[in-house]
Amino acid sequence: MIIQTILFLVFAGLAVAGAVSLILQRHPIHCALSLIVVMVSLAGLYLLLGAEFVAAVQIIVYAGAIMVLFVFVIMLLNAGEEERTNLSRLARAAGVPLALALTAVLGVIITKAVRVGAAKPLLPTATRNLALLLFKDYVFPFELTSFLILVAILGAVVLAQRER
Amino acid sequence: MLILRYLWIIPALPLLGAAINGLAGMFLPRWPNKAVSAVALGSTGLSFAAVLELVREFVHYAPYPLPWVRQYFTWIAAGDFRAGFDLQLDQLTIVMLLVVTGVGWLIHIYSTGYMAREGGYYRFFAYLNLFTFFMLVLVLAANFALLFVGWEGVGLCSYLLIGFWFLKRSASDAGKKAFIVNRIGDFGFMLGMFLLYRTFGSLDFRAVFGQASSLPAESFGQFGLLTVVCLLLFAGATGKSAQLPLYVWLPDAMEGPTPVSALIHAATMVTAGVYMVARSHTLFRLSPTALFVVAAAGAATALFSATIALVQNDIKRVLAYSTISQLGYMFLACGAGAFAAGIFHLMTHSFFKALLFLAAGSVIHALGGEQDMRKMGGLAGRVRWTWLTMLMATLAIAGAPGFSGFFSKDAILLAALGGAHGGVWLYAAGLFTALLTALYMFRLLFLTFHGQPRFDEHQAHVHESPGSMLAPLMILAVLSVAGGWMAAPEFWGGSSYFERFLAPVFGAAAEAAPASAEIQKFAAIAAGVALAGFLLAWAFYLWRPEAPRRLAGSLRAAYDLLLHKYFVDELYGAVVVRPLLWLSTNLFWKAVDSAGIDGAVNGVAASAAGLGDRVRRVHSGNTRSYAVWVVIGALAVIAVIFWPLLREALAPGAVTGMVR
Amino acid sequence: MPLTSECLILSALLFGLGVAGFIFKRNLITIFMAVELMLNAVNLAFVAFSRVWGMDGQVFVFFVIVVAAAEAAVGLAIIILIARNRQSLNVERVDFLKL
Repeated sequence: MIIQTILFLVFAGLAVAGAVSLILQRHPIHCALSLIVVMVSLAGLYLLLGAEFVAAVQIIVYAGAIMVLFVFVIMLLNAGEEERTNLSRLARAAGVPLALALTAVLGVIITKAVRVGAAKPLLPTATRNLALLLFKDYVFPFELTSFLILVAILGAVVLAQRER
Repeated sequence: MLILRYLWIIPALPLLGAAINGLAGMFLPRWPNKAVSAVALGSTGLSFAAVLELVREFVHYAPYPLPWVRQYFTWIAAGDFRAGFDLQLDQLTIVMLLVVTGVGWLIHIYSTGYMAREGGYYRFFAYLNLFTFFMLVLVLAANFALLFVGWEGVGLCSYLLIGFWFLKRSASDAGKKAFIVNRIGDFGFMLGMFLLYRTFGSLDFRAVFGQASSLPAESFGQFGLLTVVCLLLFAGATGKSAQLPLYVWLPDAMEGPTPVSALIHAATMVTAGVYMVARSHTLFRLSPTALFVVAAAGAATALFSATIALVQNDIKRVLAYSTISQLGYMFLACGAGAFAAGIFHLMTHSFFKALLFLAAGSVIHALGGEQDMRKMGGLAGRVRWTWLTMLMATLAIAGAPGFSGFFSKDAILLAALGGAHGGVWLYAAGLFTALLTALYMFRLLFLTFHGQPRFDEHQAHVHESPGSMLAPLMILAVLSVAGGWMAAPEFWGGSSYFERFLAPVFGAAAEAAPASAEIQKFAAIAAGVALAGFLLAWAFYLWRPEAPRRLAGSLRAAYDLLLHKYFVDELYGAVVVRPLLWLSTNLFWKAVDSAGIDGAVNGVAASAAGLGDRVRRVHSGNTRSYAVWVVIGALAVIAVIFWPLLREALAPGAVTGMVR
Repeated sequence: MPLTSECLILSALLFGLGVAGFIFKRNLITIFMAVELMLNAVNLAFVAFSRVWGMDGQVFVFFVIVVAAAEAAVGLAIIILIARNRQSLNVERVDFLKL
């Protein structure tokens, strides 16, 4: 079990480092790369938690497609470093306390509310079970999400057309 | 049984007349005066005819038990309280009905002549009819609430009619004064009614008087519940019937047209207070304190206003103060327990006072509007009929033997003497007032009709009034002379027909009727006093006409005091009116209304605007602020949902129900 | 002993960092990426729970990823439009609602 703990700490540390980097970096491309780091470490965590399929999907779709889209857009728009404007007084005043409060509240709720019981045994056929669930019990939402993707594609194409 | 069943016809007819004349006059610009007169005279005349028919039915069918009550519809039904449009009939009602409709109709006829060339002809008769309606409601009412409706209604019509020529500042002021002073009395009346309801649970005459008659009488000087009620009711009567201290509106009310003064301020409205006290005799009899107050106030008022009347120069003012004085007599009678005598004087007074006012109106009409007696004189030959009828009325009011006033005044003086407390003083006051009455009335007669003419012969062409004005004068003159004869049997050992007629209402005379010899003795004294007044007047105004001026010169202070009516109006103005105005302006208007209420309303608006202005800043257009607000909202929602959990985390204690 | 509790705490931490980025960053795209970070934190929580409570958690993660993809597509298209319109990617320049 020690190896599990070490791996967890490694991946967790990477994820937190990536997130902090996301906040602190000034150039958006650096932020995008940091986010990719976060996603990959999260994929590792999913593997530790026994969700192989989800880990794979995370890498392929999230890190491999969505983040690539982000990078494409950053390069398309030739985004530069962030300006140093600071017009919002509210954000300056309430930003930090709010973030801390939200984190604290969530932490408290999670630790106090949830009684975590024993873990289910890790199955070799996890993916198969997932597929069964997806295509039998959750088939309707599944179809809906396909529809959603179609709409999103149409929307993106219409919105981003070159102006006539 | 027709009218007996449909009593409401009697007040409804004048109301109909008022409605027709009012609406037609307002919306049909050329509604002719002839039509107005026809409607007004017709409705009042029919009402009078209905009353006559009612008397016939009453005598014929003798409905028992009395009072005869007809309930027409429920006006107020709130919780335990019920007040209906209930009309009642007994002998007292009949007397009042005859006076109101009879004298009222005569005055309507007179008005067609007097107001013939006035603007607003339809308005005058609409108001007059409306007044008649309210007065009839007052008289026919079977409960205090309906009586109060009539009470207020006649007050309203009085205001409308006094201020008939509303473009004249003094007239509209006088109207307001009348209404406001009346209102003060009405406040007392209302308090009395509230107490009555509290005590007896109803305002119905039958209920109240029935329950009251089983209560023990209060002793003199004890301010028990009944005494307080009676005093409050009398306060209302003081306002309506112009007694001390609320009489001040009546002289000013002479701003109205003379027929108005005759009808409202002589014959009918001012007598409403006397009627109300007489109607409540059951209550008053249980409170010797209240009775004494009534009698004393009446006697004091009678004497007080008679002294003022002595020196007034406006013919209508003299008559106004005379009315106040005579009303004092009526209250003196009621206070002495002789309610029938009070009502008797009410009736005879309505005859001769109405006649006096109408004849004065005739004189004013003849002289083209002159009202100052100092500019009259020597008219006796020119306006024969007016003079003759006025002479009849003067003799009646002075108490010349055989005339109506003689019998009624005599009954009152006798009753006052026999009163339980201070009877001698009341009698003395009444007798002295009788002397003054004769004096100032004959002064009026002599100054107006006799002596050298002091008016401009060429300016005014003196003419006798038209028939429409003379006919009522003559009828009233006959009544002034003969109206008292029904009381004559008292003199030779019988009892007054009038007393006997009203006996079922007031009970047979409580004290043993004095012997006819007594009556004759006191009658002789009264007659002697009247003669003395006549002689004094003759001496001062016919024999030595310069004497009054010299007397006034030597007694300057007293003369001024009387001429200025004891400066009562000025006193009221300083003590009551001005402080109230100051209070209203500075406290209620500036502080409470402007600063307080307006301030609060405007303040609410201002704070809403201010709040809106400040909240508006949230929409800065800055997206980052919006983002912060989103987070704040999310935090709030989470906190609300998981509140027990968070509370337990912050302050560990027992918490029921964990959230999974 | 499963890793669930630790993963949940990590999830809360990542979510808080995402919120901080959402509030403090000025570049439109970076803000959007902070939102994606928050979504990922939530996904982690779902997977952590699915370890003890069953496969449904992973199904939901699946859906979240799909929706995030669609949202990213449309969102980035909008960002492109805004960038074309305002010639700037600074969120504080996007003040069309200013009174």
